[in-house]
Amino acid sequence: MTQRDVPPRWDRKMQQRLARGEAAALGELYDRFASLVHGLAHRVLGDEDAADTVTREVFAHVWEHPDTYDPQQEPLRTWIAVLTHGLAVERLRAVGTAALARGGAGSAEDLEHQVRHASVAARADYIVHAMPVPLRTALELAYFQRRDYQQTAADLGVTEDEARRRLRLGLQLLATAHDTEAPGAPPGIGGAA
Amino acid sequence: MSDDLFEPYDDHEHTGREREKHGEHEGDGERHEDTDADTRTGPGNGADGTRERDVPGESGGGTDGPGDGTGPGDGPDRAAGPGHSARTPPPRASVEETGQPLPAPAPTPEPEPLMLEHRVLKSLLGAWALAACAPEETAAVEEHLGECGACADEALRLRDAVGLLQRPESLDLDPGLRTRVLETCLKRRPPRIPVPDWASAYDAETARLDALLQDFGDTEWHAPVRLRWYEADEATTRRTTVAGVIAHLLAVDGLVAAALGLPDPLGGLAPEQATPSARTEAFWRGAHCPPTRSVRAPWRAQTHDLVRTVSFTGSSAGRMPVSYGGYELPLHDAMLDRAFECWVHGEDIAEAVDYPYEPPTGRHLHGMVDLAARMLPAVLEARRQAGQEVSTERRLVAAGAPGRSLRLEIEGSGGGEWLIPLDSPAAKGSAEHEVAHIALDGSEFCRLAAGHVSPQEAAAGQVGDKAAIRDVLLAAASMSRI
Repeated sequence: MTQRDVPPRWDRKMQQRLARGEAAALGELYDRFASLVHGLAHRVLGDEDAADTVTREVFAHVWEHPDTYDPQQEPLRTWIAVLTHGLAVERLRAVGTAALARGGAGSAEDLEHQVRHASVAARADYIVHAMPVPLRTALELAYFQRRDYQQTAADLGVTEDEARRRLRLGLQLLATAHDTEAPGAPPGIGGAA
Repeated sequence: MSDDLFEPYDDHEHTGREREKHGEHEGDGERHEDTDADTRTGPGNGADGTRERDVPGESGGGTDGPGDGTGPGDGPDRAAGPGHSARTPPPRASVEETGQPLPAPAPTPEPEPLMLEHRVLKSLLGAWALAACAPEETAAVEEHLGECGACADEALRLRDAVGLLQRPESLDLDPGLRTRVLETCLKRRPPRIPVPDWASAYDAETARLDALLQDFGDTEWHAPVRLRWYEADEATTRRTTVAGVIAHLLAVDGLVAAALGLPDPLGGLAPEQATPSARTEAFWRGAHCPPTRSVRAPWRAQTHDLVRTVSFTGSSAGRMPVSYGGYELPLHDAMLDRAFECWVHGEDIAEAVDYPYEPPTGRHLHGMVDLAARMLPAVLEARRQAGQEVSTERRLVAAGAPGRSLRLEIEGSGGGEWLIPLDSPAAKGSAEHEVAHIALDGSEFCRLAAGHVSPQEAAAGQVGDKAAIRDVLLAAASMSRI
């Protein structure tokens, strides 16, 4: 079940239902996005309990302020990913700052490094998650299954040219995780490929 | 959010050199399948062991390792910096040129030089960065990178991106998290349209089962499952697959959907006699091929629709009758029944694929036990009329008057006590007229009622009238169905 194919109508209706105060809608929202939210939060924070807390905060925010989402602007999935990213990074920095204040090891610079690194990693996760399935599948074959591009092409039933194209394009998308142009926004969706 | 942006900064040279030292052991851009992979992992991707494979070009001088967030391509000014050429992925010979210790001899001989045009070399950059090229191509690409600045820049950028590839985080979310998150939300902003209490077990159990299905591949979806229940006091089984079980749940949940005016998932396949088993068999038979994973989406959509629709029907609708073919249940009991079935079959599925699966929460388990306990007197009566009951003594009791009773004591989370009137469904359970007492664990009782343990084998403490106990245990098992 790929989430990308869900029409934006779903996003609009979901927002209306949340605004109406429909508890069943909140459950559906959770069912659709909990693994995304928890996964991103965990990638940033590296801790199960902290990821649980961020997950709670993200859904509470959406439930309490459904009107702050504008379906015209972006898909609900992107909005929620950005929200998660922001809250998780905020928490990572707050926890780190508190530890420094208590005299913990490391410097403020180390903390910023850690925050930046976690931020890029989470953005990369989101990009992989959101990229077109053919690109993701090719990357997974080549990286995790250790298939070379000829084997990847054979596995996917495409030409070697096409396999090379997918690997290159997939990595190009992924590389945008380092980019700073779109502040905090997980790039790679909305026609990026 | 701008503060979490990645900006170029200057302390990367240090980390870069540190990592070089690791890199030196790795030779060139050949694939590495050996165990020293761990030493290659950078600070960002090594901790969780997700980095699986070597990336070419890490061995050379001055290249930043992927994953440490300091790679090239993160700032336009970097490309123009003095270190530019040093950060270009080196051709194969570069290790020697650095004057640093040489790696162990490469296992493969130097491949024959390959002449490729620029367009092809460029198209190979992704595969090269992933170490997914043939050795001759790798050599040709690396040769080319020494000559073509544009390709070298892109190569660096792509190779850095490889370091960002990580295995997805485990998708196994703690099922309890859903309840906790939703509770927090609903406390902060009370819902205008709540999910009725009697539908909350169904909401939770369907979510739990869906989470179990989340990571299933084709092997799991087609794993054989043996459904078990009691028919005419005999243990009965039916073989199907995981997908077949979900099709079964979809078909029987469809009874509730129909009662609520939602579309029947069986459509034209719906049989005259709308019993759960007739509907299931009709659905299985009517499908052109055996059920596959594609059954998940319609099943899940229907569960969501049911929860949503009952939320709008208001509290009075809980009494609305739902036909099960031969009998009816009020909507709120039907939703409990469906929650119960969802759990029981979730357990069947979990067992078939060897996953753990917990019983429902105490609150929901209590509701399910309560439903079974409330249904027992009518089941006893039906069995009596069918001549299946053996208990000798039976007294006529006026409706609403206290009658002979069995005390059902359920232990553990979700437990409690129920007095089951034995003489007639109209009689009132009475402590004064208690003739027998059985005690068992809540999930054990549910397994009995699901036909998963036999009445003889149910681990139940028993005191009192043996015949009455036997009747009740058999009656409980007889409530089970496919």
